[in-house]
Amino acid sequence: MRDLKFHPCGNYRESYREELTVFETDFGRLWMALGLAVLFGVVPWTTSPYMLYVINTIGIMAIAAIGLNILIGSTGLISLGHGAFFGVGAYAAGVLASSWNVPIYLAVPAAGIITALTGMIFGIPSGRLKGLYLAIATLAGQFIIEYVLVHWEDVTQGTMGITLPDPSILGVSLRGDRPFFFVIFIVLAAMTWMAVNIMRTRFGRAFVAIRDNDRAAEGMGIPVFPYKLLSFGISSFYAGIAGAIWAFYMISITAEPFTMMMSVEFIAMVIIGGLGSISGSILGAVFITMLNETLRWVTDILMNAGGLAGLELTLAPLRELAFGLAIVLFILFEPKGLAEIWRVVRSSFRLWPFSY
Amino acid sequence: MKSFRGEPEIYRQRDQGRTEAELEVKSLSLSFGGIQALSDIDMEVHTGELVAVIGPNGAGKTSLLNCMTGYYRPQKGRIIFNGKDVTRHSTHSLTRVGIGRTFQNIELFPGMTVLSNMMLGRHIHCRYGLIPGCFFSPSVRKEEIRHRRILEEIIDFLEMQAIRNKPVGSLPYGMRKRVELGRALALDPRLLVLDEPFAGMTLEEKEDMVRFLLELNAGWGQTMILVEHDMSIVMSISTRVTVLNFGEKLAEGTPEAVQSDPKVIAAYLGGGQENGNGLSRDNGLQADIG
Repeated sequence: MRDLKFHPCGNYRESYREELTVFETDFGRLWMALGLAVLFGVVPWTTSPYMLYVINTIGIMAIAAIGLNILIGSTGLISLGHGAFFGVGAYAAGVLASSWNVPIYLAVPAAGIITALTGMIFGIPSGRLKGLYLAIATLAGQFIIEYVLVHWEDVTQGTMGITLPDPSILGVSLRGDRPFFFVIFIVLAAMTWMAVNIMRTRFGRAFVAIRDNDRAAEGMGIPVFPYKLLSFGISSFYAGIAGAIWAFYMISITAEPFTMMMSVEFIAMVIIGGLGSISGSILGAVFITMLNETLRWVTDILMNAGGLAGLELTLAPLRELAFGLAIVLFILFEPKGLAEIWRVVRSSFRLWPFSY
Repeated sequence: MKSFRGEPEIYRQRDQGRTEAELEVKSLSLSFGGIQALSDIDMEVHTGELVAVIGPNGAGKTSLLNCMTGYYRPQKGRIIFNGKDVTRHSTHSLTRVGIGRTFQNIELFPGMTVLSNMMLGRHIHCRYGLIPGCFFSPSVRKEEIRHRRILEEIIDFLEMQAIRNKPVGSLPYGMRKRVELGRALALDPRLLVLDEPFAGMTLEEKEDMVRFLLELNAGWGQTMILVEHDMSIVMSISTRVTVLNFGEKLAEGTPEAVQSDPKVIAAYLGGGQENGNGLSRDNGLQADIG
């Protein structure tokens, strides 16, 4: 067996293969393994059903946020339609499962592919538009998709929504929070790993090149427009997978949640988590979902406290306010997001007690 | 003085067919609205040559290079590379044909390290697809390692070992120019197009750069086109020189022939008819005073 590496005081790598590893040290690998063991071994068995529901929501949002981060953080293209793509994934899975009885393990990837194609269509304006103009173009995509989801009644059953059949894998019924916890987090782990791999191969490098300097990227032989479309495709694929799992988890879906607000939430996750950082997307999803739940809890308490019932309307925008505040504070004080905070904390642990 | 260095793999592996770089520019014209940037330029570059393009500011040197590398679309004329008409090719497909370039105002990817920047030069040589890439399959790993080895040889050649993991944004200007050359070499181009590789460099940096270019050209037969303002360098290293002025070709030939061409001297020193007029006016003035 090779020597295990904890914190070497210099670069002792001996082959290019060692330079390609995801974790710099075996210490990192150990923590990862421990984290996964706790996640799958302890969390689903010890938490309350409500907490498990929150954790599951975090997992689903994290999948979608990773996808959006590849688009916004790595490729530098803004999309305001991610919530709608999430909805496309949910509806695709819903239609496939309810009308054709497609099992969950086929419906979810199929929904991902359908959403990826949709995303690529709405990514076409990126060939000509940049920055703010592209944001507006994708905003149009958001409203078009919302409209279609409500009005294409033959397929989506309009405002009635779709009820999905009980999903099962190999005869084992998946119902309730705990089985879904495993589905969600196994998919999240796999999708995270795939995102890490995409970012360290030529595709990820091409995305970052397009973000940093598209003129030079073209000069390096990267066809910029197809790669922008590919980035839209990958990001929507993630949104589609997340949406499909969400649809199975929620049992019945309507077009209501897939609004502009959801898209903004995804963008908040990416910015607060850290642009261009995969771990940051997950941290952002944790932060935003927890913020949502905390705010709901706070408003509930305030409304139930005697004599405050009349404040209902005043408190309603509290959520949006807290959202905006969180984004502004992060942009001001830690533009690199939670991922950077996490890095600083980690390295201060590593260097303790000689941090200077 | 440098010790012996091995020939980088990309040159070691080149056979006769891979080095061939015959560029032919035929009556090329380019205009932006009313401004005629290039008019009827003819130019030839043969395998193994180092051709310099010189001319005063605004002569159209960079425009010519941008036409060759697909950034500008000429209105008239043709560019033929190795017998293939590449006039209408897009920039990214031209790199696959074998034309690699550096830029006048460094166009690196500032957030990335030197290695990642150069790895982008290998983009067109990576052959794996998206699905194996997602899973980082053994074949992908093998290919990444192969490209890394090629890059390390270029890094060795350009003496950039100490900075390979530094972000490009933190490097001094001369070093960035060198990274850009390294990135262009990683493309493994048949024809290397260099837009002012010596601009803004100190004397030492220029000397290093000249050494690299000479070794590439004379040692390993890399064909190059070079745009440069530093006449002492141009005249001492190039095989042939093309002189442009106001979008027209003034002269072409060996450095010695070009240097003694009266039209070139006139363009650079402002001589000929115009100078004569000025002189006579001057005389007139003197007469007035007198």
